[in-house]
Amino acid sequence: MTQSVEGSSSADRLVRFSTAERMIHRSIAVLMLTCMATAAVLYNAPIAVSIGHRRIVKLIHITCGFALPVPILLGAVFATYRADLRRLNRFRRSDWTWLRSGNRRDGSIRVGKFNAGQKLNAALSTGAMLVLLGTGTLMYFPNISRLSWRTGSTFVHDWFALAIGLLVIGHVRFAVKDPESRVGMKTGSVSAAWAHKQHGAWAAEQESSA
Amino acid sequence: MTTQPTADAGMDADGATDTDAVVESGGTAVGRRIVLGVAALGVAGILTGRTLQDRLASVMAPIQNADPTGLTSLIPLGNTFRYYSVTGSVPRPTAENYRLTIGGLVADTKSYTLADLQAMPQTVLVRDFQCVTGWRVPQVHWSGVRLVDVLDAAQATSAATAVRFLSFDGTYTESLTLEQARRSDVLIALQMLGKPVSHDHGGPVRMYVAPMYGYKSTKWLSAIQLTAEVVPGYWETTGDYSIDGFIGASNGRDDDPVG
Repeated sequence: MTQSVEGSSSADRLVRFSTAERMIHRSIAVLMLTCMATAAVLYNAPIAVSIGHRRIVKLIHITCGFALPVPILLGAVFATYRADLRRLNRFRRSDWTWLRSGNRRDGSIRVGKFNAGQKLNAALSTGAMLVLLGTGTLMYFPNISRLSWRTGSTFVHDWFALAIGLLVIGHVRFAVKDPESRVGMKTGSVSAAWAHKQHGAWAAEQESSA
Repeated sequence: MTTQPTADAGMDADGATDTDAVVESGGTAVGRRIVLGVAALGVAGILTGRTLQDRLASVMAPIQNADPTGLTSLIPLGNTFRYYSVTGSVPRPTAENYRLTIGGLVADTKSYTLADLQAMPQTVLVRDFQCVTGWRVPQVHWSGVRLVDVLDAAQATSAATAVRFLSFDGTYTESLTLEQARRSDVLIALQMLGKPVSHDHGGPVRMYVAPMYGYKSTKWLSAIQLTAEVVPGYWETTGDYSIDGFIGASNGRDDDPVG
């Protein structure tokens, strides 16, 4: 990988994600899907009884849960990751327009590197992961808090697990519907044509700085 | 390629215009506010969840516990049965080949078929079922043979001080002191929720130790052994739970006792 600067791409490809970002994304995906699969076994009656092995399933769930922040924190080392976090954090007026618009997908509202839906998903998922980590910690170490907080944590963990499950399903559904977006996460670059339609402002920005 | 002005160029509240630097830093930090808001919601839930859950559960539990499809259990509302199995697939004995054996420190080893147990005097208990992880199912209907009747028939020797329960899942075990085992609210349960104990609930035969947390009530019961001392059970050898599992007086919990 010699392409280290965004925009230093060939004529029809734009660099979208660095190697570090793609590795982090993959690590989070594996850990998150493992957490979701083991959660299904721990929560759902028919699956729980058919799979059994509760102690091992619990161990896998807890290990992956506590490991989930690691790739996210490692990301802070990489400038590309930090830059994308900044982009996800900032909502502009056009983001609110985009969210309310009925034709948000036709490219008439020129979107930056991330559209407002991606920004919302990133923020909600991060918040939910923090809450799941905190409540999971309170449940796993019963001696560090009082009983009513542990009961509250169980309640919160249940509902936030359901919520983050829906966010992940939504995220995967949008990716499935848009093959070029998956190419972007798989190879690191996207076609300029796709970028102009889906992320017009970002494409222009990349080409002007190239 | 010239840079086209974006739709919101120059229109942001903070006067952002369309340059690279602005794309990075323009707009407002809504993402961070959402993250903090969600985290605050989580903290509020930890502090108030117990009350909220009790209210939701009192409304939903009768619906969920009567739902034959189990679909409503996908909604995490708390006070319904959750199903725990510590091994892989658990055998499904039939009414014909099921046996419950009583052995160990006894004068008279016994083996009961399901019909034998059904022919014995049945005791009915309607009690809450409290799990050590927090959920509690209100007013569960139990019916079965008092453990003390079976112990008396087998005649424990003077060396016996404890009773050990084995499961035909091949892994799970539990124990009670002989004194605890002789209580009248300790049943070899044949019926639960008004019908024969289902496989998922530990059928055809399971223990129901009313005054203690659920892990003391061995599912898929296959053998009862009289022993010289209490042998710590499956969740007790790992240090997870207390050996004496009285509800509200063990495991660092303060639940209302069942009685």
